[in-house]
Amino acid sequence: MNTHAAGPKKIALVGNPNSGKTSLFNALTHLRQKVGNYPGVTVDIKKGTTQIGSQKIEIIDLPGTYSIYPKSDDERIVSEVLLDPTHPSHPDAVIVVIDATNLKRNLLFCSQIIDIGLPVMAVLTMADMLEKRGIRIDPAKLSDQLGIPVLLVNARRQKGIDKLKHYLKKDLDTPRKEIYSDIPLPPALLEAGRKLYPGAGNYFIWLEILRAKESRRSRDSRIKALKQLLREEEVNIEVIQGKETLERYKKIEEIIMESVDDSLRKSVQISDRLDDVFTHRVWGPLILLAILFLVFQAVFYLAEFPMRWVEDGTAWVSSVFSSYLPAGWFKNLLVEGVIAGLGGIVVFIPQIAILFGFLSILEDTGYMARISYITDRIMRGVGLSGKSVIPMISGMACAIPAIMATRSIENWRNRLVTILITPFMTCSARLPVYALLISVGVPSGTLLGFINLQGLVLLSMYLLGIGMSMAVAYAMRFLMPADGKSLFVMEMPLYRAPRWRNVFITMYERSKVFVTEAGKVILVISIVLWFLASFGPADLGMSREEAATEQMTPARYKSYKLEHSFAGYLGKAIEPVIRPIGFDWRMGIAVITSFAAREVFAGTMATIYSVEGEGDEFHSVREAMLHDVDDRGRKVYSLATVLSLLVFYAFAMQCMSTLAVVRRETKSWKWPAIQFAYMTLIAYSASFIVYQLFR
Amino acid sequence: MRLSDLKPGEEAVISGFTDELKYLQLMEMGCIPGEKVRLLSRAPFGDPISIQIGTYKLSIRKSEARNILVDMQSEDRRSLQQV
Repeated sequence: MNTHAAGPKKIALVGNPNSGKTSLFNALTHLRQKVGNYPGVTVDIKKGTTQIGSQKIEIIDLPGTYSIYPKSDDERIVSEVLLDPTHPSHPDAVIVVIDATNLKRNLLFCSQIIDIGLPVMAVLTMADMLEKRGIRIDPAKLSDQLGIPVLLVNARRQKGIDKLKHYLKKDLDTPRKEIYSDIPLPPALLEAGRKLYPGAGNYFIWLEILRAKESRRSRDSRIKALKQLLREEEVNIEVIQGKETLERYKKIEEIIMESVDDSLRKSVQISDRLDDVFTHRVWGPLILLAILFLVFQAVFYLAEFPMRWVEDGTAWVSSVFSSYLPAGWFKNLLVEGVIAGLGGIVVFIPQIAILFGFLSILEDTGYMARISYITDRIMRGVGLSGKSVIPMISGMACAIPAIMATRSIENWRNRLVTILITPFMTCSARLPVYALLISVGVPSGTLLGFINLQGLVLLSMYLLGIGMSMAVAYAMRFLMPADGKSLFVMEMPLYRAPRWRNVFITMYERSKVFVTEAGKVILVISIVLWFLASFGPADLGMSREEAATEQMTPARYKSYKLEHSFAGYLGKAIEPVIRPIGFDWRMGIAVITSFAAREVFAGTMATIYSVEGEGDEFHSVREAMLHDVDDRGRKVYSLATVLSLLVFYAFAMQCMSTLAVVRRETKSWKWPAIQFAYMTLIAYSASFIVYQLFR
Repeated sequence: MRLSDLKPGEEAVISGFTDELKYLQLMEMGCIPGEKVRLLSRAPFGDPISIQIGTYKLSIRKSEARNILVDMQSEDRRSLQQV
C-alpha cells in the first residue's frame, strides 16, 4: 500500500512519552536526521533515513503522546499525519513503540493506532527491565492478540535492530483485526461515513468525524460533507471517548491475560529511595539549586573557551581576507559583514551544545521531571508550571539556547509566555555593558561599611530581570488566559543512566537547527547593520586620503566615519525621542549598533570616542566616558543617565539573534515583532521613570 | 473521598471522576477506575503530589487530584505490581 509513488518508503514512529521512541529513532538513523518544517506548525517532526541493503527508508519520529485524540499540539500533529493522506509526512507504515513496563497504558495508544487501519507493527522496549521483576511477555502471543507483528528491541544494546530492519524492508500488512469498533455513533452518521470512506473501519470514520468537528476550514470534500452532517446529528464526543477508553482498557486486560506470564512475579516496590532524597522537603530544593548552579556555571564558563576560539578564529580569517583582498566595499562587505556575521552565529554553538548536553542528561536520567515537580508550586503563582524553570535559568547564560529549551513545555500557551519573558533574564552579553556602565556611573564606595555599591547595583540588575519576567508572566494571566482544559499531570520516569548517544545526537541536532534556521536571519541582519554603520546618505564624509592630510589618526577617522554613516544619522535623528530618557546621539548610535548583540555597546563607544590602541580598551573607554561633558560642562554620564542606560539594556530586546530564534520556535514573525515592541516599550518607560527620578 | 485527601503512603482504588473535561486525559495517562493508587509524597512546597499507579509514578497538582474520586475500602481487587 505505497501511496507515494515517488520517493523512499516512509515509516512513522509513534508511542507514549518515555517509551524509548527517540532511542530507537537514533539507533535506526544515527546522524542522518533533519527537522521537518511545516508552515504554521510549532511542533517539530524529526526525520531520518536508514539504509537497508540497497533500499533507503525514511523514518519519521512523531511526538510522544498518550492518545490519538488531538488535545495538545503534539497530539494534533500525530493525528494529522496519520489520518490525512495528503500530509507530506503521511507514512506508508507505522511502528508503535511500547514500553513493556507500562504495558497497559502503552497498549491503549497502540490499540487506537491499530484501529486506524494503516500497515502497522509494534516494538516492545524495556522487556529486560520487566523480566527482572519476574514478568515475561510472550511476543508471539501478544502479536496474535493484537493482530500485528510484535518485536522485542533493546535500542541501548542494539538488540533486535537488524530484525526490525528486516521487517521494514518487506511491506507491512494492515492489522488482521480491529480491537474496538463498537462506537456508539448515530446510525445515519456511521452510514454516511461508510459511503464516504469505502473499506475503512469504524474507528477511522469516527476519527474523521472528529477531524471534521475540529477543523474550521478544510479543502477535503469528505471532511466538508461530514461537517455538514454534524450540523444535523447530535454527537457527544466526550461521552463516546470516555466509553471507548474504558472499553479499550477492558480489551487490553484480556490481551495482557493471554500474553503475559507473571507467575514468577517478584514483589517489587518501585524504588523510592532516590526520590526520598531528590524530592525531600529540605534536600530536594537544595540539590536542585546545586544542580541548576552547576548547569548555569557550565554554560557560562565552560562555553567561554570555545567561544574565545571562535572569536579568535573569526579575527584570524578576517585578517587573512583583509590582507589578500584589494581594498574596497567588497572587501569590507566580506570581512566586516559576512565573516563577522558568520562568526556571530558560530559563537553561539558552544553555549547551545553545552546547555543541550546537560539538558539531555537531565532528561535521560529522569531528573528533569523532578525539577518540574519541585518548582511547580512557585511558578504557578505567575500562571506557569515547573517546566518553565529550566528555560528561565538557562536565560541567565544566554536567551538563545534558553528559548530553544522551551520545546519541552507541551502546553503552547505556557511555552509562548516563557519565550516572551526569558529575554528579561540577565544574560552573559549584558555583563560587559553593565560592567562598563557601572564603573562609569556608580561610585565605588561601600554601603554600611561592607556592601560594595557597584556589586550591589550589579546584583540589583539580576533581580530586576527576574522581577520583570515574573511581572510580565503574571500580566499574561489576564492578557492571554489559560484555557482551563490543560492537565498538568506528568510522568515521573524511573531514574536511570544517561544514554550518551542520545546526549551527543541532541547536542549536534540542536546546534545544527540553530545554524541552518536562525543563522540565515542573523546573517542578513548583521549585513544590514554593517551597511548602516559603513555607508552614509551622501558622501559628506572625507576619504581616507583627506583624513590623512587633515592629520586625523585612524581611530579618529573611524569615529568620524561612524558619525557620518546611516547609523550615525539615525542616532542623531532619534535624539529627540531618547532625550527624555537621558540619552544623547552617541548613545543613540550605540543602541542601534548593539541591536546585533548587547556587548557591541562597548565596542561602539570605543569607536565613537576614538579610543586608540587595542590593549586596554575597557579602561580607555571608561576614561573617555567619565570625562565627557556637554556644552554646559555637565557630565554626560551622570548617575541618572547611567541608571537609565542600565535599565534600558535590562529590558530592551537588544538582540537580533534572540528574535531570530523566537521566529524559528514560533514559526512566524508575529511573536518576535510583538516581543520586540513590548520589550522596547517597557524599557523606554522604565528608563524614562528612572531618569526623571534621578536627574 | 478524593485522591487529594489521601495521606502519604495511603492506598485506595480509583472509583470515578468529577471533572467532565479532564477525565479522558486522566484515563489516557492510566488513571482508570478500578486501578489501585498510592500517594507517595508531596512536593517540597506542598503541591503537587506524586502518586503511584500500576508500575509508574505521576506528578499531579492537588487541584487536579481533587477531581479523582477514590475508595479506600475496596482494596481487594488489584495489586500495584500489575503491568
